[in-house]
Amino acid sequence: MVGALPLMDAAFESRGGTHRSSVWRLLAATPPLAFLGVFFVWPVFAILLRGLRPNGVWNLAAFSDVFSDPAMRRVLWFTLWESIASTVLCVIVALPAAAMFARLRFRGKRLLWSALLVPFVLPTVVVAVSMLGVIGGGGLTGVNLNGTVWAILIAHVFFNYAVVVRTVGATWSTIDPRLEESARILGAAPWRVFADITWPLIRSSVAAAASIVFLFSFTSFGIVLILGGLSHRTLEVEIYDQTAKFLHLDIAAVLAIVQLVVVVAILIWFGRSQRRRSVLVNQRSASETEQSAVTSSQRWLIRSNLLFMTVLFGIPLGLLVVRSFSTPSGWGFGFYQALTDSRGGSTSFVPPIDAVGNSLLFALMATVVALALGLCAAWAIVGNGSDVSNSRFSRWTDTALMIPLGTSAVTVGFGFLIVFDEPPLNLRSSLWLIPIAHAIVALPFVVRLLVPGLRSIDPRLREAASILGASPRRVWWTIDVPIVGRALAAAAGFAFAVSLGEFGATAFLARPDRPTMPIAIYRALGRPGDYNFGQAMAMSTILMVLTIVVITVIDRFRPAGVSEF
Amino acid sequence: MDSAFLSIDHVSVRHSNSTVESLCDVSFDVAAGEVIGVLGSSGSGKTTLLRAISGLQSVSTGNVVLDGVDITKTPTHLRGIGLMFQEHALFPHLDVADNVSFGLRMAKMPKPDRSERVAEVLELVGLAGFGSRDIASLSGGERQRVALARTIAPSPLLLLLDEPMGSLDRVLRDRLVSELGDLINRLVLTVVYVTHDRSEAFELADRIAVLDRGKLVQLDTPEILDAQPATAHVAQLLGHR
Repeated sequence: MVGALPLMDAAFESRGGTHRSSVWRLLAATPPLAFLGVFFVWPVFAILLRGLRPNGVWNLAAFSDVFSDPAMRRVLWFTLWESIASTVLCVIVALPAAAMFARLRFRGKRLLWSALLVPFVLPTVVVAVSMLGVIGGGGLTGVNLNGTVWAILIAHVFFNYAVVVRTVGATWSTIDPRLEESARILGAAPWRVFADITWPLIRSSVAAAASIVFLFSFTSFGIVLILGGLSHRTLEVEIYDQTAKFLHLDIAAVLAIVQLVVVVAILIWFGRSQRRRSVLVNQRSASETEQSAVTSSQRWLIRSNLLFMTVLFGIPLGLLVVRSFSTPSGWGFGFYQALTDSRGGSTSFVPPIDAVGNSLLFALMATVVALALGLCAAWAIVGNGSDVSNSRFSRWTDTALMIPLGTSAVTVGFGFLIVFDEPPLNLRSSLWLIPIAHAIVALPFVVRLLVPGLRSIDPRLREAASILGASPRRVWWTIDVPIVGRALAAAAGFAFAVSLGEFGATAFLARPDRPTMPIAIYRALGRPGDYNFGQAMAMSTILMVLTIVVITVIDRFRPAGVSEF
Repeated sequence: MDSAFLSIDHVSVRHSNSTVESLCDVSFDVAAGEVIGVLGSSGSGKTTLLRAISGLQSVSTGNVVLDGVDITKTPTHLRGIGLMFQEHALFPHLDVADNVSFGLRMAKMPKPDRSERVAEVLELVGLAGFGSRDIASLSGGERQRVALARTIAPSPLLLLLDEPMGSLDRVLRDRLVSELGDLINRLVLTVVYVTHDRSEAFELADRIAVLDRGKLVQLDTPEILDAQPATAHVAQLLGHR
């Protein structure tokens, strides 16, 4: 943040000449793009070489080996249909809630809208553990879905529900209800109104949300690793096993390439569908389109949605907390105390509670890196808002920085493992390795949050301030900082939360004596017995509370209104 | 009155939340082919009256009878009423022809008949040949005409107009008001026309109803209304001093 200060200052001194301004923008774009090049493009490139050119010779034999192996084909097939099923299921259950948020007014609406973000940012490991508590056999329900595809699908819905509800709900709320009323008056029955009017108008936002859900489900790692058992494995899990268990780096590289191709294809399709996003004439602000529930079907819509959310989110998370206090010797902090226990099987064993400190430290480092780079990138993308000549440059930078969003964390972790393990850049023992990986994962989110913040500054505000006698530095301090500050705080919180919960990349990179919280939870799950499961639940509860605290802080800085994210 | 085509019988609309204006025991009859202007300041319940007649708003008490049938409990889409909003509410994802033919499609009119009717109605509103135009490319006046065409295409029993000239400038408004008057006469439409503009009401309406805070305070011909306003509020609405 401090590092970005002179850059911002320079931006305003150069306002006179477009040429000088674009030089500064190029300079601002350099650190984030260089970072991306070294810590993302290079590792991915190394994976490509590993798969396509195994022994220094171009050779596609590894591909035909993988594709002719029935076990691998099963993994590919399962990954594909599991993501499609997750996406379809998620859209179906989330659309009624999107309708509710878009059209109806009810008590606690704004709070609920914010609270929906919590499951989205909860660490995958925490969600997996809480699912185990409900549908892992024993427990309250006695239902055992552990190891079945249902456990995976439910967990994916848990995560992605908010993506669909918030993306579609935000679009839906801007559609003038008079369009639907006009259709009714012209003789359309309620289902026709939806099919002929509402659906065509929300379709592109549903497509946008669905492609994100597909991407997240396709690259889902922690959930499948923990809930999938032995029979259900996705590409991500297979890449991890081939690397960490069997040391078949060539096979892992081939699988990573296959995954990369699918992800890039989806991202391209996503970009196209977004450009086609129809412009709604007669858009309304959300507060104009909502009404209080009057008819019984409207009240029923609210009740059933709230019930669904309670079952989907309330029960697993509530049960997680309750059971973390329910020790064999009665209610108490037994499992939490056990976290400080240093007795363990191996010499590298450390008390699990150490992971809290590690996680917080890594999250702080990752946040600083992501924020500094994100600020440079956001400024390079937005410029001073007056010259449009560089729009291609900013679009290009924008797209480049979004790529890690679609790429799986496992790819990042795997790439780091094969690149930064040896000179010229040996970071294997560096404390920075994990924070850098986390920063790569968080950077797209940070940029996405900062760019609208910077864009929202009306250039006329700055002009007005300088006409009133403010020096450039004073303009920056009195106009830019207060407005961007909110976005900056939100971005920092998001980066922090992402880092706290990151599991995929960390699984490759964490050293035995320096586990993060998700890693410590996964290790506890790997050991048999109620005692270890209790520790996993206690640690998950701590991680969940930390994440919720961070998200609550973000939300206080978020501008009001029904925004997407 | 047996000859009433539309009968509003002691209709009340009450709301728990205050953002929607309410109606209080409103009764009046409309004869077939009659044009009723509804005048009132904002918040007087004008729009709620139209929503209650069209079924978009359910009534708390009272009945709405159209052409001898009690439609109080009939769902909106089965009432056979046309309503045109102030903002026109044209479907942005459909072109002009598809907007106009929407009601015909809902009535399951065969396709060839549909395109014939669309051409006929577009001709009627002075937009012949506009069928394939995009909604976004239309001017304010053109949108108003498309909305009117869409509303009258299915030949509704009753036409409800909610400030149809509200978003147009004065010159355009004057021209369109007289065009609309011609059209209503030619098609012998029964119309309830809501406006806050005195001159529009006087030009188009056979009788004018004045609403004040949800109550019907006067219903008379423009001449009587002008000569004997029932309350000070009515006089003020008519521009008397």
